[in-house]
Amino acid sequence: MSTPTDTPVKNPPALHRPRDERRLPWYHLVFTGLAGLLVAVAVLAVAGALSIASAILLGFVLHLLFGWAYSLVREGPRWATDRLMTLLVIGAFAIAMFPLVSLLWSVIARGMTRVLAAKPTTLAFWTTDMSGIIGGADAGGVAHAIVGTLLITLWASLISIPVGLFTAIFLVEYADQGWKRTLGKGVTFLVDVMTGIPSIVAGLFGLALFIAFMPDQSVRMGIMGAVALSLLMIPTVVRNSEEMLRLVPTDLREAAYALGVPKWLTIVKVVLRTAIAGLTTGITLAIARVIGETAPLLLTVGMVTSVNWNMFDGRMATLPTFINQQYRNGNANCMSDTVTNPVNQEVYACSISTNIDRAWAAAFTLIVIVMVLNIIARLISHYFSPKLSR
Amino acid sequence: MSTADTTPEKTRSSPGSMSSGGRRMGDSVFSVLSIGSGLLIFVTLAAVAIFLTTESIPAVVASQEFSGTAEFSLIEYAAPLVFGTVLAAAIALIIAIPISVGIALFISHFAPRRLAAGLGYMIDLLAAVPSVVYGLWGGVWLVPKLEPLYVFLNTYFGWIPLFGGEPTAPMRNLASASVVLAVMVLPIITAVSREVFLQTPRLQEEAALALGATRWETIRTVVLPFGRGGVVAASMLGLGRALGETMAVLMILAPGATFSLHILEVGRHNSIAANIASKSAEASGVDMSLLIFTGLVLFVLTFVINAIARWIVARSGPKS
Repeated sequence: MSTPTDTPVKNPPALHRPRDERRLPWYHLVFTGLAGLLVAVAVLAVAGALSIASAILLGFVLHLLFGWAYSLVREGPRWATDRLMTLLVIGAFAIAMFPLVSLLWSVIARGMTRVLAAKPTTLAFWTTDMSGIIGGADAGGVAHAIVGTLLITLWASLISIPVGLFTAIFLVEYADQGWKRTLGKGVTFLVDVMTGIPSIVAGLFGLALFIAFMPDQSVRMGIMGAVALSLLMIPTVVRNSEEMLRLVPTDLREAAYALGVPKWLTIVKVVLRTAIAGLTTGITLAIARVIGETAPLLLTVGMVTSVNWNMFDGRMATLPTFINQQYRNGNANCMSDTVTNPVNQEVYACSISTNIDRAWAAAFTLIVIVMVLNIIARLISHYFSPKLSR
Repeated sequence: MSTADTTPEKTRSSPGSMSSGGRRMGDSVFSVLSIGSGLLIFVTLAAVAIFLTTESIPAVVASQEFSGTAEFSLIEYAAPLVFGTVLAAAIALIIAIPISVGIALFISHFAPRRLAAGLGYMIDLLAAVPSVVYGLWGGVWLVPKLEPLYVFLNTYFGWIPLFGGEPTAPMRNLASASVVLAVMVLPIITAVSREVFLQTPRLQEEAALALGATRWETIRTVVLPFGRGGVVAASMLGLGRALGETMAVLMILAPGATFSLHILEVGRHNSIAANIASKSAEASGVDMSLLIFTGLVLFVLTFVINAIARWIVARSGPKS
């Protein structure tokens, strides 16, 4: 920056300093970018390590250097730093997109293929379970895990939504003065603490709670998982609902009170009615969050190979724990070309990668469920919230 | 609703009045339910603390430190796990913080306004992916891809202790687990930083630009100083998440129990959460109690980290 001074300077700066003010048009970035890429390809080709990923990576690093040097010569140091930082910031975003794209691509490429190609019929993966599937049998499905995931999430929601919603109502409508205010502050703090509970600790709690009162130390059942999950779900429901309830204008409540409507009826018919879209969205997002939780379920519900509808008796399979189990099984041994199901004597082809394939397919199933929930949440907030402005 | 005839009653009725029993009933039921839910939160957290403590007592009592007999040592068991947990989380943060701040700046100050919301949503999508899917992706897809990088680092930078040792394929080492952890905490740090950066006073930014500052100079002199507290708090929240994350470590790391700094070596480290998840199925009695003790350590660790984060947020919040 040129700094004006009072005293005459020995060598006054030139009136026109082209370097300081001239900005180059954006397409110069393309030149330097291409130059970086070309040099990267040349270097990698010589070194014998040429691949698309490595070329882009090295090309980007070289582009940082080239773009900076070029700008330093043509535009001056300040704009050169600006260019460099702009490139770095864009690079940071590109780096973050990389895992997202590659993960979604892997899940779709490997998971969807397995779901659609399942034998004997398409989508049999979603309607069969794992009973009698042994070794490298290229069969089996996740019906039992889908049932388990939906049941456990349903029960977790049945516990969390009333508790979370009433806590939010307490915080917004009742905790305004006296001891209730103090209690409200305490609850807000504890909800914050609960938000930070590691999921594995929630699982340990679910486990410790039940084995403390059960004679059998190895007891595992669906309800234990639901309790553990609700510990993670309640704070999310409270936070989201509280935010939504606070958005309801006080005028509406006061209008209701002025008409003589009792407080509880005001809350039910006015406050909840007004905030219903936001509440539903928040709760759906909370469900989407816990439906993919793995660690608590690993500890509390165990694993089985067939459908179990009873939350209070016996182990249950869920999609996340199923993914983990299949992944841990790793590659299968294929002694012969076929595997026979000992239960119904069906014969399946043997595939070495069958376990990993099933894990990807289950991951695809889980992501589809999570995405559907997210889309539902967005649709609800999109279609129901404008009512406020009417 | 019949409102007209209830108005006088409402104005007359004092808290103890019995004039409209049904209505008062509804009110008291509702108030009891609400306060009860609030209290239930207290009870639940107290129960978590109490159960974790009482269930871990058998391990403490039976340990070398307490009983004097050399059966097993509580510290020798827990310390490497704590070390592994903290090391993995720290490396994840070192990777994630610069990238997250970059993304947050990109979305808040560099990207075209029309795109910004959509780009922010894409980063939020990263947070919606279940952790077990990250574990699967990391274990199957990412680990082989990282191998050349590790070999390169080990060959040319092996003199740095962090990259030293003898890495062997498959690279189920702490570094791989940390990379996946970094991806998982990225959306959290980005979301909070982005909010803080967007709250920078518009006038200050415009003043800097009017003085002839470039965009980067504006960010360096106005946006970053303003958002520093927010970024620190966001990083602490990310740290809390990284410390407690189970699946990425469980599915990627080949476990070990040493204090090795060689993050590229396989079978040297383990984290508390992954250790609990892998051992709880067979554990019972004192073993189970030992696992619950490590769970308590993790709980306290994340609680302290989150408390510091909240304190920073609360301290820097009202200024805006």
